[in-house]
Amino acid sequence: MNWLSDQKLDHLRRVVNEPDFSGTKYSIVKELGSGGMGSVYLAHDQELDREVAIKILRETDLTDDTKRRMLREAQIIARLEHPGIVPVHDVGELTDGRVYYAMKYVRGSRLDEYAANVTTTGDRLRKFKSVCETVAFAHSHGVVHRDLKPQNIMIGSFGEVLVLDWGIAKVLLNRAITDLEAETLKLPSPESKEVATSNTTDGAIIGTRHYMSPEQARGEQIDIRTDVYSLGAVLYFLLTNKAPAVTSLALPRAGDPAIGKAAEAVCLKAMALERQDRYASAAELTIDVGHLLDAEPVSAYRENIFEKSGRWVAKNRFLLLLVLAYLIMRVFFIITARH
Amino acid sequence: MDPDTDIGGPNHRFPATNESAIVRIRSGDQQTRHRAFETILTSYWKPAYKYIRWKWHASNEDAKDLVQGFFAVALERNYFGAYDPAKASFQTFLRTCLDGFVSNQQKSSQRLKRGGLSEHLDLDFVSAEAELALQSVAQELTPEDFFHREWVRSFFTIAVESLRDRLISSNRTVHLKLFEIYDLDDDESSERISYAKLAQQFDLDAVTVNNYLASARREFRKIVLEKLGEIAANEDEFRNEARLLLGLELK
Repeated sequence: MNWLSDQKLDHLRRVVNEPDFSGTKYSIVKELGSGGMGSVYLAHDQELDREVAIKILRETDLTDDTKRRMLREAQIIARLEHPGIVPVHDVGELTDGRVYYAMKYVRGSRLDEYAANVTTTGDRLRKFKSVCETVAFAHSHGVVHRDLKPQNIMIGSFGEVLVLDWGIAKVLLNRAITDLEAETLKLPSPESKEVATSNTTDGAIIGTRHYMSPEQARGEQIDIRTDVYSLGAVLYFLLTNKAPAVTSLALPRAGDPAIGKAAEAVCLKAMALERQDRYASAAELTIDVGHLLDAEPVSAYRENIFEKSGRWVAKNRFLLLLVLAYLIMRVFFIITARH
Repeated sequence: MDPDTDIGGPNHRFPATNESAIVRIRSGDQQTRHRAFETILTSYWKPAYKYIRWKWHASNEDAKDLVQGFFAVALERNYFGAYDPAKASFQTFLRTCLDGFVSNQQKSSQRLKRGGLSEHLDLDFVSAEAELALQSVAQELTPEDFFHREWVRSFFTIAVESLRDRLISSNRTVHLKLFEIYDLDDDESSERISYAKLAQQFDLDAVTVNNYLASARREFRKIVLEKLGEIAANEDEFRNEARLLLGLELK
């Protein structure tokens, strides 16, 4: 009797739906997730005997345009060689015409899952600083992510921070991309100013609403400050454990007065509604986050004298304790000497 | 294009509706109607039997009679010809008819006497009963979900049998063995065998194992979609069933 158990049925239903990787060196292990333009699978590289993650277009989304976009996404990521960006190993096309790219398989948890287990603000800020550094690196190469959110940030098993899903990233051509690079990417001429990895003509709204800048939500022209806003929204999440509300944003300290005023100010400056009020770049934001971690003054917040003193005391607690111990000993010796 | 993937091209379009048993069951030609009925019977008798056993708590002997009776009466009175795709899926229609039939039989004083049917259908109730003994049913399952699950099981079992026939007849026995070992493995508690081990076992390289297995799965998928086309009333139902059955969004 050939009875199919529930597990066998589920397995068959899954494999029937899997992309056909025959003719390649990859075999599918399981589906890891599905996003805007494609699905990501855990696969085994038969030649190098290692696990990889493969992003592939969905069958229903297969058009010449989506193929081009997927290829461009792979090319953009491949160019961004940084410890915070998953390296692309390979790109290819299946017999059914679907484009895929293979990248390093990262074990770990998403930032929102990580935050559920890590309660100290210091640890969260350190991870956030790494995210800012990665985004700043991408900006220096003229790439705007456009969909930064905790779900697109991965904390690896060794604590490494990776920014994922560059599927709707945009390449700004007015900076940091040479003609050669533009040629490699087969991008339009610099006069066109910008090009999206997705089919996002101006006016089309893409991204995730809670973490999306107002100008992106309105479908206007965007620049690197759009990512600064999203980074601010991620910081808001890390400070409050809540995604920022789409309308009428609650101040972080209103829900939790224990949040530092400086941290709140950094978050709100990054999330300013007008882009000219935000940090000019992710690099600037990185500097302020670094100052927060080092208990240094931040550009987003002007302290009064008591706050300055309080911060100085907090920062130099050890030194103060030493001085205090020294003074107590001195007093002790003086009194002992007199007796 | 690889002939294995040419079912409606890469986008898997619905096969011609005149292939559908649900359409052919309304044919004026009795032979066509009969063949369509057999297709429906093959696909649905086992889930119907298990459903009666599970939902109606019927004994195996009663369930046998009820299934025989239901399909015999359905054939005689052409129940399925009255199906209107605009109102519900065929599966829902059949299950509702079945519930009505069983309910009437239980209420009626003229209950079907065992073996007293005008037409005897040759159905393997022993295997259906043995399958029931093997499976545990989650308490929270609704009758509708139970029926659908059993229909999927029956449907895939038929598809696997077809795959066996096709692969053997086209001299692809290694493909079949790989599929059976890797995708129909009985030991679910242990870790799935690696391609490298399969390659060693069959004296192939791992890439060939990958290709053979992919080819068998492609054929299996083709069969599943073909058979789905045979029992879907129209393109909408075909798409809907493909989504429910495979999680497949067809273009």
